[in-house]
Amino acid sequence: MKELKDLQIGESLQDVTLSPVSRLDLIKYAGASGDYNPIHTIDEEAEKAGLPGIIAHGMWTMGNLAKLFTPYYEEGFIEDYTIRFKGMVFLNDVVTLNATLDDNEEEKMKFKVNATNQDGNEVIKGNVVLCKI
Amino acid sequence: MLKHGIGKRSNKVKNTVERGAVKKFAEAIGDLHPIFICEETGKQSRYNHNIAPPTFPRVFDYGTIEELNLPSKGLIHGEQIYHYERPLMVGEDIQCYSEVKDYYERNGKSGEMGFLLLKRYGEDLEGNLIFTEEQVVIITEAVRKEMMV
Repeated sequence: MKELKDLQIGESLQDVTLSPVSRLDLIKYAGASGDYNPIHTIDEEAEKAGLPGIIAHGMWTMGNLAKLFTPYYEEGFIEDYTIRFKGMVFLNDVVTLNATLDDNEEEKMKFKVNATNQDGNEVIKGNVVLCKI
Repeated sequence: MLKHGIGKRSNKVKNTVERGAVKKFAEAIGDLHPIFICEETGKQSRYNHNIAPPTFPRVFDYGTIEELNLPSKGLIHGEQIYHYERPLMVGEDIQCYSEVKDYYERNGKSGEMGFLLLKRYGEDLEGNLIFTEEQVVIITEAVRKEMMV
């Protein structure tokens, strides 16, 4: 694994592609986060809300995306994490996580981050500022 | 109705960064890294403790803002912003509260939408800020009409 200090502007951390989204993933996240909105776990409720099927919690995707930075906790911690929810994630979608170094200052590293689905559409995008310690 | 809620705050609620809850959360986002769950790794780290994933504050109780009665269905989560002064340590107590930061309406493709900005705070027991969480919640015209009734 490359150390963060060797990363050049424009380079990305190792991409992660998640397993296809399963119902169990979302049930687990509901339990762990306390977000029991039924559009994430119950087909009928999702349909009643006008959705074609259950959708992942946006915060599940945001939580997953942060793990690109976990291996570097000895070099820095996430100081700012800003996400805009762009699209929905459905069952069996295959989500890929990406973080690209955008700026490197003395005390902070700024990354552009996003998660895309199997069609290459962005589902979430935003920025991470890592505080070097 | 939502505009006059601007500036309203909830009471502070004491929460603990529970070891079991952190493990369950890390598992749910597929990030069972030892810094979150292995006591030895935590002790030897720069933080001297296990830490919690950055989106963990979702789990906390932020109290209730009176007069802010949001429907349980039909809200769209637009944006989410975290700011940290330092990572959350497993086992520590955090005082949490929330505040209505702003509310405005804009015309969009699907009619007039309401944008509610909620800000949440986490402090240590001495009142030092550890993190903030901001959420933009989009309230569609259909849901707003329902709320007016």
